[in-house]
Amino acid sequence: MKRSTIVSIALCVVGGLGLALNALVRPHGFGAKYVHFQEKTYVEADVGPALGEVLETGTQDPNDRRRVWLPINDTLLDRPNVQRTDKAPISWVEEVDITPVDAWARMTGPSGGADVSLSLRNTLGVWVAALFSLAVLSFLWRDNPVYKFAESVIVGVSAAYWVVNAFWSTLVPSLLYPLFPGLTKAWALPGTSGEYEEGAWTRIFPVILGVMLLMRLSRQAGWIAVWPLAFVIGTTAGIKLVSHVQADFLAQISSSVESLIKFDDRGAFDWGRSVGNIVLTVGLLSVLTYFFFSLEHKGVVGRAARLGVWFLMVSFGAAFAFTVMGRITLLSERFEFLFGDWLWLIDPKYVRTVAEAGQSVVSMITSAPR
Amino acid sequence: MLQYLSTLDRRVVFLLMGLAVAIPILFPLPLSYKPSVLAQQAFDAIETLPPGSNVVFSFDYDPAASGELQPMANALMYHCGQRKHNLYFMALWAPGAAICSDTIDGILLKRCEGYEYGQNYVELGYQAGLAGVIKIAVTDLRQQFKTDKYGTPLDQIPMMKGIQNLQPMDLLVSVSAGDPGSKEWVQLFVTPFPATKMVTGTTGVQSVSLYTYIPNQIDGMLGAIKGAAEYETIVNAKYPGPDGKPLPELQEGQRRMGPQLTAHLLMVTLIAVGNVVYFMQRKASRRSGHARGAAR
Repeated sequence: MKRSTIVSIALCVVGGLGLALNALVRPHGFGAKYVHFQEKTYVEADVGPALGEVLETGTQDPNDRRRVWLPINDTLLDRPNVQRTDKAPISWVEEVDITPVDAWARMTGPSGGADVSLSLRNTLGVWVAALFSLAVLSFLWRDNPVYKFAESVIVGVSAAYWVVNAFWSTLVPSLLYPLFPGLTKAWALPGTSGEYEEGAWTRIFPVILGVMLLMRLSRQAGWIAVWPLAFVIGTTAGIKLVSHVQADFLAQISSSVESLIKFDDRGAFDWGRSVGNIVLTVGLLSVLTYFFFSLEHKGVVGRAARLGVWFLMVSFGAAFAFTVMGRITLLSERFEFLFGDWLWLIDPKYVRTVAEAGQSVVSMITSAPR
Repeated sequence: MLQYLSTLDRRVVFLLMGLAVAIPILFPLPLSYKPSVLAQQAFDAIETLPPGSNVVFSFDYDPAASGELQPMANALMYHCGQRKHNLYFMALWAPGAAICSDTIDGILLKRCEGYEYGQNYVELGYQAGLAGVIKIAVTDLRQQFKTDKYGTPLDQIPMMKGIQNLQPMDLLVSVSAGDPGSKEWVQLFVTPFPATKMVTGTTGVQSVSLYTYIPNQIDGMLGAIKGAAEYETIVNAKYPGPDGKPLPELQEGQRRMGPQLTAHLLMVTLIAVGNVVYFMQRKASRRSGHARGAAR
């Protein structure tokens, strides 16, 4: 048997034993999500404008009333300008996520846990997320089928998400509604007016451009896709050009021209800002010199260019350090999820204070088997 | 030893890094933070606005970046809520709209009093169009956002009365992971309309490209998780929870600085060891080269 196979099997066995141990030792297990059942009751009411509002604006009809649904215990129902209608109240039971601590308190309380339930849906979600996290992390060992599977699922789910998102956030409100307002209102956007807006027919042009773009799929008509692409590139360049000139060129020149000697509010010499501005100016000029290729980099120009390289290296180092910080944060967030939400090794109370988080590990080790 | 280190399996480095990150999560380190000037400037930009100021709050990131950005989104929203600002939420990234709703439920409605939908906060949601959304919204908001996230026409929302575009906003808060995000907000909004202040929270990768906009175009910036931890420190000191203690939601950034410390120490050690091994190997190969030359 290969060494890597032995290590893989050993890791799986150790991981499985760890999970089993965690489940046995911990008094409340791990990786579970609970919900609390909450009954909601709404009543229909006619709400008139407040007297003050009528007097202030002078335009609203005091008899103009809006029909709304309000929670049965809403204090608005006690107001004189709010009257319940004859319609029967509507009630339903809502599932509200609660912490395990709340769930345990309710289970051991007077209700006996009748209003609490283990949420299979949410629990499954935690386990899927945890196992997929481990599957992706397994790539650190080497490329393997588990990682490939996780990668494929992520790509598929992402693609599906974006298709659905584009349909509801772009096609429906920006294309279907302007062209067919009545139909779209009845079908998908009940809050809208449903009235046709003047000039909405022009939305047909993006559709034509979109269809032309899809011609790329055809070998014979692929050249047609060049035209919408040219439109997209042209408009994007137009938007970007102006904003870059304004924000990145003119504004940056303005920001770079700073006095080398600075004084604070009391008129005293400000060492910090003065040194900062000198470094800024020297750095700017030397880096610009490095990118100035019309003169040979010899003598003074060469030394200035070399200094510019040093400034560039320092900035690249800072950028790399920032990237490292970001990546470590992502790893620590994933570990927090695995140790917290899944294994409950840290912060099973979901309190997540710095002081209490570590105590959970100690309590896990010292707690008696159930 | 030298031979072992020079051919060290990369998976050993992965294991060491995993331990360096995991151990401080299991056993947190008691660290304290002195806020930087940038974090203080970001705080001041929100703090000095009079209560009831109009703030547009853009969620320009997705779950992949939430490990870095959610702590600062929590702290920024909590601070705005404590100052009773009117909040106009939007998203340039589709998943950002969902993250925004979760943050409103977990922070604004749970930890800040007096917030009622449509009266002092509204969710405009996500609009496709990348940076083009900003370009249009700064001149004609209703052309881009006909309804709020829940399909209610903007004219029916009380706090949208008189808001024709984003120009009357007193402050822009952009929590951003890339394009479109803070850079596009600077280019298309706060540079042409400098009356609106801007505060941004960004990922470490993006921070470097935004430093150049400080202080003339961006008033305050929280760079990466360190910026979040610093901001949490300032906000917790000024606006603690009901029991006088920092809120648990406003300690995420500080908690994630422990793994940063150990992981960075490991990285510095590995870089130092790598260099020592390299120079020792070079020295050894030169010696052997000289020895061969002398033998000839």
